[in-house]
Amino acid sequence: MRYVEEFRDPVAAKAVLSAIAAVVEEIGATARNPVHIMEICGGHTHAIFRYGLDRLTPKGIEFIHGPGCPVCVLPMSRIDECVEIAERPEVIFCTFGDAMRVPGSAKSLMQAKADGADIRMVYSPLDALEIARRNPDREVVFFGLGFETTTPSTALSIQQAAREALGNFTVFCNHITVPPPIKALLDDPHMILDGFVGPGHVSMVIGTHPYDFIAETYGKPIVVAGFEPLDLLQSVLMVLRQIRDGRAEVENQYARVVPEHGNPVSLAAIADVYEPRPSFEWRGLGEIDASGLRIRAKYAAFDAEEKFGVGYGAGPRSVAEPEGCACGQVMTGRIKPTGCPQYGTGCTPEMPLGALMVSSEGACAAYFQYGATDDHLEAAE
Amino acid sequence: MCLGIPGQIVEITDATRLMAMADISGVRREVSIACVATPDLTDLLGEWALIHVGFAMSLIDADEAEKTLEALRGLGEAQETLEAMADGAAALEGTQ
Repeated sequence: MRYVEEFRDPVAAKAVLSAIAAVVEEIGATARNPVHIMEICGGHTHAIFRYGLDRLTPKGIEFIHGPGCPVCVLPMSRIDECVEIAERPEVIFCTFGDAMRVPGSAKSLMQAKADGADIRMVYSPLDALEIARRNPDREVVFFGLGFETTTPSTALSIQQAAREALGNFTVFCNHITVPPPIKALLDDPHMILDGFVGPGHVSMVIGTHPYDFIAETYGKPIVVAGFEPLDLLQSVLMVLRQIRDGRAEVENQYARVVPEHGNPVSLAAIADVYEPRPSFEWRGLGEIDASGLRIRAKYAAFDAEEKFGVGYGAGPRSVAEPEGCACGQVMTGRIKPTGCPQYGTGCTPEMPLGALMVSSEGACAAYFQYGATDDHLEAAE
Repeated sequence: MCLGIPGQIVEITDATRLMAMADISGVRREVSIACVATPDLTDLLGEWALIHVGFAMSLIDADEAEKTLEALRGLGEAQETLEAMADGAAALEGTQ
């Protein structure tokens, strides 16, 4: 129980853990017959491992790690397209640092940079806008990726570029949305999901109503959660109580940050700049209807797909995953990261083979980073 | 990238483009306040906001800011974000 000492309020954490244990017993869940709770957000996956919540909670709870790490679900073909754009001599390619080490079929952005491409890691699309202003003779491309937390930032940046009539700024749009893959997972007959812990910061943008279908159509509980460890424990307790009571509702544990209807300025910017693609490919999950966004025709001048003739819809672009990589099975909860033959040998955070090992929000990286520590602690006890 | 970091709005730098200076764990960084703008922008001075990739997305109270920062530090995300901001500054100069 040493993890509990790291909690901001260990007394409160112990009280919630006791309440969780009691409800798990009331439900009758056991290690052999557990309740399956999916945490959707990669930040939550990271926090669960960091604080050992999977070990602190009863064995009757099994956490299924959801698809909420945008770097992890990016298909290899999109990285290939990034490299293709970035290696054009006139291009300055700007990206969040998280995407640099994701393997492409030939090379990662990190390797392309080493080979001489002008690739710059930025904190914000605002940095890319400023680089475009300072380099009017170069084409500045921003790699727009991420869920609804980062989508408003590129939408607002494109609106700003349009106001300034910046002719050398485009976005390579790979934004994705949270609800469609959840629906796809719920439709998958192989998945057993009893309830969800919903993402906090995504919901700050979109509000809680986009999850109504989970409760109303699929009859499953979902609780939007903060990412302090105590937030997560309280949210798990709220999910369990719904299961015990036979309820299926959208509850908001993180109401101090998440408004019911989201952030209106962000939502308006997203709706103005983007529209859903008919479908989008997710690593490990395949094509999912209306799960990705593209830039609307009225902003075509700021669309890197239009300007460079690459990207979705430009042709059959799917690329097979590396041999032996089991990211897809891990992503859908069919196996644990340690069940992948490459885990820890052919695939490590330093030399990732699959995307789940790249980001600290990926399940494999989280296992690798904290699993070793846990073994060490257990050996010492 | 996906988790916001708390910052305190200390100065309105460009009222037309809705930009402000924020203090993020002791680092000053210009951020967009488009998503939290109030009719009188000076009302935002001293306020805490959750900042996502350079955009203030939600106003929070000081206690929530402190709790969130602590959680981010625990996850190593606060340091990662500060490093990304330094990367961004270097990227402007082309010195990466």
